[in-house]
Amino acid sequence: MIKAEQKPMEEILRSIDPYKKILLSGCGACVTVCHAGGEKEVLLLASALRMARKKIGKPLEILEATPSRQCEPEYAQELSELSEKVEAILSLACGVGVQTLVRFFPKMPVLPGVNTTFLGETLSHGIWEERCQACGNCILEKTGGICPISRCAKQLLNGPCGGSSKGKCEIKKEADCAWQLIYDRLSSLGQLYKLEEIIPAKRWGIESRDSGLRRIIREDLKI
Amino acid sequence: MTFKERLESRKFVVVAQLQPPKGIDLSEIYGHVERLKGRVDAINVPDLQHAIMRLGSLSVCALLKGKGMEVIYNLSCSDRNRLALQSDLLNAAALGLQNILLRQGDHPSIGDHFEAKPVFDLDVMGLLGAVKRLQEGYDLGGNDLQGKPQFYVGTEVNAAARGHVLDLEVMDMEKKIRLGVEFFFTNSIYDPGLLENFIKKVAHFKVPVIVGITLLKSVGMARYMNKHVEGTFIPESIIERLMRASDKQRESIEIAAELIREMKPLVQGIQIIPIGWENLIPFLLDQVGL
Repeated sequence: MIKAEQKPMEEILRSIDPYKKILLSGCGACVTVCHAGGEKEVLLLASALRMARKKIGKPLEILEATPSRQCEPEYAQELSELSEKVEAILSLACGVGVQTLVRFFPKMPVLPGVNTTFLGETLSHGIWEERCQACGNCILEKTGGICPISRCAKQLLNGPCGGSSKGKCEIKKEADCAWQLIYDRLSSLGQLYKLEEIIPAKRWGIESRDSGLRRIIREDLKI
Repeated sequence: MTFKERLESRKFVVVAQLQPPKGIDLSEIYGHVERLKGRVDAINVPDLQHAIMRLGSLSVCALLKGKGMEVIYNLSCSDRNRLALQSDLLNAAALGLQNILLRQGDHPSIGDHFEAKPVFDLDVMGLLGAVKRLQEGYDLGGNDLQGKPQFYVGTEVNAAARGHVLDLEVMDMEKKIRLGVEFFFTNSIYDPGLLENFIKKVAHFKVPVIVGITLLKSVGMARYMNKHVEGTFIPESIIERLMRASDKQRESIEIAAELIREMKPLVQGIQIIPIGWENLIPFLLDQVGL
């Protein structure tokens, strides 16, 4: 799922400084799971913002809402009525959710309250780690299910860089070397022969974000 | 006889690594080259090594070649996409640079511009594939070239690898040879036993291996390398010798000379990495009769 972290309080306060009444919108999906922008975080942040503004003599009125998925049109539309009562929306959804609101409310400033960080998994309570960069052409079949694009600092496709030490990355010392993990995994699967293949360079400019805006069109689903 | 001719005729080569300056004052490197003329077979010129921004390998190689020195042009994947890599390879060929050393390259976060975006559009296998294509007369986009460049292609290998890492390294070498690699430079080796073990595993490839030796300038440097430079194993006996020596510089050269004497029969050349002790290279070569 998408992982995010709440922006620093000072930055949020700066961005909402011109407004007296805002809608603080969380999201019931990914950011709820990573405790950055769910219903609970909306409640806590709203209180903190009210107190901070009261303290400097600029009271702030905050309406609160947490649609199930802010990035889906039918849920974003639930905010229509509330949005008419405020000057701006502070969104605790990921960058996708923020932009969905921007599309639905063209005259309303929509401000991000979180930094969208990566696509990752929960390692344990309170610890999340990157697993996918949405590169557009999955090679996990070749690498034992461990992604070198998201987990190797150099995104190497054909083995380690030689800088890792005791199985840890040269760049991020706390991270496992992706190619050590790939070796261990292929070894345990009895598939080390897969390393003999030379994986060709990725077609960044065709498949990935580097090709410009990506879009999926499913003719069978279009209405 | 050129560097390539020497390696192809199984003759021993001596290479010195000279780091380009941070800036454009080449007087120091020119001085080193004058002292090394006739003593080394080629100068290896790193490309943005350790992600430190400095003068590039390309211009330094072209200028040193103009002074009659044989050079090895370095190109790494860390800072250029496939357009720039191929273009620089054509630049090198147009400037008459034939020997190339292709490197994965260092991540910017370890250097002096750590906020830079790393590129790694190609990995070293991809870059070797690009060189192969260029030499066949077309680029990675499949477009024809006007004039085919010709290179003598080298890359790096970790000769200190052990256990399963060594097995991976051997597999890696095989893939690189499949893609056209004609010589290998190793990391710095201070344990001839490790090198011997490595050479036994790769001798069947019959591709020249040139062993690296970084001159140890201090005990602190040796300890730092052991701790932080992956693949470096400096035995405690060497560190103790340096610690006890009253003339550390002389002892360091003696250590390097002993290592060269021991490792010379195992490999086809040495690369001396002086890191500031460039002036001592001729003296070191005197000690080993090279």
